[in-house]
Amino acid sequence: MKISMDIELKDIPGQLVQALKPVSDLGGNIISVLHQRDRKTASGRVPVQLVFEMEERRLDRLVEKLKAEGMHVVSIGKERLKDSMVVILIGHIVHSDIRDTIEKIDSTGFAEVVGLSLSMPGVDKKSSAALVLSAIGKKELKEALKILEATASKKGIMVISPI
Amino acid sequence: MRAEEKTKTKIVRISIVGFGHVGSGVAEVVMRKHDEILRKHGLDLQIVGIADLKGTIIDEAGLSGDEIVRFRAGRALKTEVDVDMSSLELIREIEHEVMVEATPTNVTNGEPGLTHIITALKSDRHVVTSNKGPLALEYRKLMELAERKGREIRFEATVGGAMPLISLIRENLAGNGIISIKGILNGTCNYILTRMTNENLPYEHVLREAQEIGIAETDPSKDVKGIDTAVKLVILANSVFGIDATYRDVKVRGITEITPDALKLAKDAGYAIKLIGDVDIDGQLEVTPRLVPVSDPLNVGGTLNVATIRTDLAGDITVIGKGAGSIEAASAILSDIIAIYS
Repeated sequence: MKISMDIELKDIPGQLVQALKPVSDLGGNIISVLHQRDRKTASGRVPVQLVFEMEERRLDRLVEKLKAEGMHVVSIGKERLKDSMVVILIGHIVHSDIRDTIEKIDSTGFAEVVGLSLSMPGVDKKSSAALVLSAIGKKELKEALKILEATASKKGIMVISPI
Repeated sequence: MRAEEKTKTKIVRISIVGFGHVGSGVAEVVMRKHDEILRKHGLDLQIVGIADLKGTIIDEAGLSGDEIVRFRAGRALKTEVDVDMSSLELIREIEHEVMVEATPTNVTNGEPGLTHIITALKSDRHVVTSNKGPLALEYRKLMELAERKGREIRFEATVGGAMPLISLIRENLAGNGIISIKGILNGTCNYILTRMTNENLPYEHVLREAQEIGIAETDPSKDVKGIDTAVKLVILANSVFGIDATYRDVKVRGITEITPDALKLAKDAGYAIKLIGDVDIDGQLEVTPRLVPVSDPLNVGGTLNVATIRTDLAGDITVIGKGAGSIEAASAILSDIIAIYS
């Protein structure tokens, strides 16, 4: 299971490694680490956003370990995909393998297709779709859009993105 | 201001080359506004020559409204003003201060406008133009020539029609760093997309309708394929951002593939689809359909043009106005003429 976790570290050397070690010790696979030194909390701690793959049953153990190291676990999982955008696609969307198009985004680990409305006027006609992309942050969302644009371009699909 | 200065008037002799929609609009507003401009700005505007494919008329003392109307109607002129003279001869040989270049845009080689403008500058005339071709192709060269000759070349009418954009940035926003300009710079595309959205009609249908009422041309490709918008972006890139860009540097995608379904899906998600031209300080030039939030100031309908200028001090500034039309373009040209002398 993919898990995102916001933790807060003391601003002293070695803390990040201390935080990541338990994740790998418990068989987790780290996908992304955002170490936000420039966004210190009021109490002077450094927020870190982790995204990793791990068996869900080991999650409690991980939280215990982190707490034992003096780290604050602020949130887990639910708010992982924080930024989202709507894009419109026009073209032979279904016939050019929409599953593959979506998979290209989902496989990044930092972004997903979370919504899809499709309109197919006729077999030979071009379809239109509204796709909702979500990602763990603004930068990742942009990256996901780039991946989508590159994939769509190869398939002759037009992508209309927000200004 | 002292009294004698106030009463001092300057005669500004004007030639108009290209007498279609825009050129005749210029003649009309110069006539209509003559007394007001004389009173407010101390400029006595006189049209001393007009050249077109139909022929050339001149009167060094100033053409009368009657003569201009007759020339416009294409009726044979028996008066002495009707001369056998080419447009270039008019520009070179008839004494005047400002040449208004209003021939149609040609983005392949800029002609005949390019030669008209070069000839005018070399003959020590100021130039005011609505013609996008010469600027999109030879911006640097023309500016250098104007600089060398100590003359001005102004072109507010080329981008956004009546909507003040270039002068707004250069004069009113002077001191601001311009980060980007984004907007709808083609009224035909905006009309088609607005109508497709409101009536749920397919592209081809709305295009034909637009052609019937004269909003789209018989060959609409320049507009609907985004070429017209791209050319305007090139002019902005050169004039506002100092980027030595040409048409080939613009990533262009038009509106021909947009479906009513796509517009509906966008609307359901809170967006309108608009053909947006986008140029920024890093030299990115792109024309492509984009999703515009319905609440965004860029979401204007019908044939309107709009542009949001992102600045470092003033933040975002958005201008909305009529992008096309004879009198609207003439308004921009008239402002340019007055600005040369202010």
